[in-house]
Parts: sequence; structure tokens; C-alpha cells
Amino acid sequence: MTFLYVAYAATWIIHITYLGTLVQRYKRLQREIEALQK
Amino acid sequence: MKRAFPIFAVLTALLLSYALYEALVAAPTEKTMGDVQRIFYYHVPSAWTAFLLFLINFVASVVYLIRRSHSADIVAVVTAEVGVVFCTVVLVTGPLWARPVWGIWWTWDVRLTSTLVLWLIYVSYLMLRRFSTSSQTPLLAAALAVFGALDVPLVYFSIWIFRTQHPQPVIGGGGSIDPRMLHILLLNWVAFLCFAALICWSRYRLERLRREVEETQALESLLEPRSLR
Repeated sequence: MTFLYVAYAATWIIHITYLGTLVQRYKRLQREIEALQK
Repeated sequence: MKRAFPIFAVLTALLLSYALYEALVAAPTEKTMGDVQRIFYYHVPSAWTAFLLFLINFVASVVYLIRRSHSADIVAVVTAEVGVVFCTVVLVTGPLWARPVWGIWWTWDVRLTSTLVLWLIYVSYLMLRRFSTSSQTPLLAAALAVFGALDVPLVYFSIWIFRTQHPQPVIGGGGSIDPRMLHILLLNWVAFLCFAALICWSRYRLERLRREVEETQALESLLEPRSLR
């Protein structure tokens, strides 16, 4: 059972980490847009 | 369009939750492997999703090579990136299934090795796009993607062509599967496809915005030359 839960947890950790990088990139872009608007 | 995204996100979350429940609770337990076989409901749909994304990347790269379409280039980079994420899931969940079933984490079997090579090809594709500053980068990346895509059928058909340790295909390969298991497998695949579509949608918008910002920054630096001291 441990391997099963580790596999499912690993899947979501990979996806959530990737989504986190997307959020970070979006925030960086927002800052650049704000800097351009000034 | 702005409303469609959150609605689609909520529906995808509900579908993923239901598919997870079906995989962990409702699916029948496999006689030989026991509960560890349930990894299959995440491993196989992730592999199919990655293959589909790499196929779209191939088509978009060919379109870019023919028409130099910027939208095709964006689709190519987005599908390669999301495809690598799904391929990573495949390479992580596979050994987690193999350890209790085969007694080993990894073997240099054709299916496993070709999947690792596939992952490496698309990681190098993304590195090329990330670090190259040449104006020819999209062209080089598209050419790399066309050759990289050749590995997809090799991975998929390797278990038919070669004698491998990897289990035989459950669909269309002479293998048999309980209809309830097949239903849950397909349900999980649909859920992962919706999730992949959602990520690609966000990533596509992000990439468009990033290119617009870069163009504006370049234009601004041309319009406002700084005085030389």
C-alpha cells in the first residue's frame, strides 16, 4: 500500500510543483507589465 | 472566454476527484499484485497523455516549419513542456510499481529505456528554447521536435516489437482486462486529458503574454535611446 500512496502523492507533487512554477512566471510577468506601464 | 476557464477548472477538479475515488476505492483489487496494481490508473493515462502532447508538438512543429506561424510555435513549446511533466510522472510511478512487483526499481528494458530517451529529448528541446538566444531557435527546436517525435512510436510499439519485461498492452494487444478496470482506466485518462488541456490553456496564455511583453520591451528600448555620456 505504501508504494501506491507514494506513487499517487508523487504524481500530484509533480503537477503542483509545475503549477507553482507557472504562477511564479505569471507574477514575474505581471511585475514586468507594471514596470512598462510606469 | 474568461468565464469558461474557471468553470472548466472546477469541472476538471471534480472529475479528477471522482476518478481518484474510483481508482483507489471502487476499482476491483487485482489478484496477483494486490493494491499496488492501482498505480496503473495513474501511470498509463499519464503515458497516453504525454504521447498525445508530443504528437501535438510534432504537428505544431511541422506547421511552424512550413508556415512560420507564431501560434504553432507557441503550441509546440506549450505541449512539449506539459508533455515533459506527464512523462516525468510516468518515469516516477513506473519504478514505484516495479519495485514491489518485479523486485527492482529499474531495468534497461526497451520500453523503459526508450521512455527515458523520450524524456531526455524533450528536456533538451526545452533547454534549447530556454537558453538559446539565437533568432533561429524556434526553427532549430521545430527540427529537433520532428526527430524527437520519432521516439514516440518506438516507445509505444516496443512491447510488440521486442521481448520486454514491461507488461503487455491491455488494449489492442491481446491482453485482457476486467471491464470495470478498463472503465476506470479510461475515466482517469479523460480526467488527465482535461487537466492537461487546462494547463496547456494557462501556459498558452502565459507564453503569448510573455512574447507581447518582450516585444514591447524591445520596442521601448528602440524608441527611447539613452543618451551617451
